[in-house]
Amino acid sequence: MRTLRRTVAGLSAVALAATLGACSADDGVPTLTWYINPDDGGQAEIAASCTEAANGAYRIETSLLPRDAASQREQLARRLAASDRSLDIMSLDPPFIPELAEPGFLAPVPDTLQDTDGIVQGAVQSASWNGELVTVPFWANTQLLWYRESVAEAAGLDMSQPVTWDQIIEVAEDQDKQIGVQGALAESLTVWINALVASAGGQILEDPEASPDEMQLGLETDAGRAAADIIGRIGSEGLGGSGLPTADENASMNLFQGDSGSFMVNWPFVWPAMQSSDPEIIDDLGWAVYPRVDAATPAAPPVGGINLGVGAYSENTDLAWRAVECIVQPENQAQYFVTNGNPPSNTAAYDDPQVQEQFPMADTIRESLDLGAPRPQTPYYNEISIGLQRTWHPPTAVNPDATPETSTDFILAVLRGERLL
Amino acid sequence: MTAEIAATGALRADRDRPDTATRPKKRRSDRARAEARLGWMLAGPAFGIMLLVTLYPIVQALWDSLFSLRLTAPDDREFIWFRNYQVILGDPAFWQSMGVTLFITVVTVLLELIIGFAFALVMHRAIKKLRGFARTAILVPYGIITVVSAFAFFYAFDINSGGYVNSWLSWVPGFDEDLNWFASQSTSLVVIILSEVWKTTPFISLLLLSGLAQVPGDLEEAAKVDGATSWEVLRRVILPNMKAAIMVAVLFRTLEAFRIFDNIFIMTAGANDTEALSLLAYNTSIGRLEIGLGSAISVLLFLSVLIIAGIFIKGFKVDLSAGRNS
Repeated sequence: MRTLRRTVAGLSAVALAATLGACSADDGVPTLTWYINPDDGGQAEIAASCTEAANGAYRIETSLLPRDAASQREQLARRLAASDRSLDIMSLDPPFIPELAEPGFLAPVPDTLQDTDGIVQGAVQSASWNGELVTVPFWANTQLLWYRESVAEAAGLDMSQPVTWDQIIEVAEDQDKQIGVQGALAESLTVWINALVASAGGQILEDPEASPDEMQLGLETDAGRAAADIIGRIGSEGLGGSGLPTADENASMNLFQGDSGSFMVNWPFVWPAMQSSDPEIIDDLGWAVYPRVDAATPAAPPVGGINLGVGAYSENTDLAWRAVECIVQPENQAQYFVTNGNPPSNTAAYDDPQVQEQFPMADTIRESLDLGAPRPQTPYYNEISIGLQRTWHPPTAVNPDATPETSTDFILAVLRGERLL
Repeated sequence: MTAEIAATGALRADRDRPDTATRPKKRRSDRARAEARLGWMLAGPAFGIMLLVTLYPIVQALWDSLFSLRLTAPDDREFIWFRNYQVILGDPAFWQSMGVTLFITVVTVLLELIIGFAFALVMHRAIKKLRGFARTAILVPYGIITVVSAFAFFYAFDINSGGYVNSWLSWVPGFDEDLNWFASQSTSLVVIILSEVWKTTPFISLLLLSGLAQVPGDLEEAAKVDGATSWEVLRRVILPNMKAAIMVAVLFRTLEAFRIFDNIFIMTAGANDTEALSLLAYNTSIGRLEIGLGSAISVLLFLSVLIIAGIFIKGFKVDLSAGRNS
């Protein structure tokens, strides 16, 4: 009995100490929690420097979200739907922003942050919903066409001029090489489909703000069929390698680095990644704007990135927006690009000499971001994206005469609540 | 897991217990009543907590399944009676999921039963010195978290991350070293089933081992003296005497296999028509945030599990409390 009593006393002492400890760390400075997507530590660094710059006005703590965008969305949506007050600042993947903005889960952006001068067009579009800025662009991502100079040279391809998918496919066929694209049943497949449809002058969703019953898709068009033709050809001719049906961005990078590598569409993270994993390849590496579908129409490269939103149920929305203002400073964006490889949304950051030195393709990225077309913006993005993935996977089975139609019928039925996804 | 342990325990305990069901009903004595009261006091809190954590969510899911309810559109909530069930049962995707789930269940349970029985015999018959070692070695996979084993199998077979299985199998005539296991339904299912069997065979063999221990040794000896071959001893003496253990093992594993989630989630995420029912429920409730539709799928999954348990208990007359065929 005495031992029991002693244990209880010991435990209470520990509990008391813990509470006191928490109190002393509190020191009256409000703590803002920033939910970040996993990166190489750059967001935590910015959080620390902004905490310091705030001079005791607030403290930013980071909290890690799951690795992939879909799981990040699941967690945030669930917690916001439950009015979670701990969600102060959130790093948000653009396609899911309308879904969170529509039910009022995001606090309104204050006037001080409404100014979008100097922010790349793709990022501003992705940060808005119903014509209003609902989040603040932080960094902006885009895919480039990466190529092996030796392959392009052997084919006599002038890479200073825009190239088309047809040209790339032809070169890969002639030289028995493989093309790095993302064919896995994942968001990356939607990214590819959207870029192809948009590059062909079409759009997946005709009227983004329509209610689910009235939505119309733009897949059964020449643009949709052109996209299906490209994916189907790369798939059925084996040009994406046997790993294509399960290839994500990393897998296509590995393919590109291998002996059969030729061309690849991918995000700029591959630059630092290839530098460290395979320095030899850098001498043979070239980059250009995303390939065109139609030789006469400029490409519409994929755009992504991260925008910052503030939770509507946060207890410190004003402070949170002040912190966001600090986080998105061009210096921070430039620093983040240099250390983590994620391109800035603010054009001023591209002029930073360190950025220019470390990312020789920085100007191509900026050009690509201005051309970029965001994915369909709608609160039902998830249904559309997964519906596309289901019907356009595996790439070997994509057929321009059938896929756009089955895809349209399926997605519309899901949106009307008549089919499971 | 608790249920599994309880089942193993029940099998052992029943041998020394009088068969209460056959005793004629009598007025209970004061002492019996006091014992019953003590029993309730001891088990009551646990029983209450069980109700709270299982019954409440089940009732909530039943209720939610009658609504059109999307988590990100709470204001559009609408009572729609059984329309969710109508959509689900009328959708080929649901029946496709049901088919895949049943296929995985039947194949894994059959394979596990055969391999598990072999393991149980080894553990039962192994020389005393080796018995402890054999048991530990066989039980190791069961101690590994399913997600971990799913990743291990995934990386072993995935050609994009340098899986080694293809180069191991390169000597097999007609085997294509570039085979992408996760690009078609059949090959994906092979890996999923393989991982599932590797992971849970020890559970079946553990239950079968306790069944083997129940077979009276003198019966076996008598059969041998009468000139029965080992095959006849196995078929006529050992198997009939451990039928109850086999049925309990099969019942538990069937129910568990029917709810398969982790392996598929990690390996294919439902690609190539490998989406099992629980993954469909997850994708609808958690992925699409369609709480109404997802709850309806969960309810159907729950009903399927009840039906399977019912078939076993009524159809095959498995008496869980007696651990013996009635």
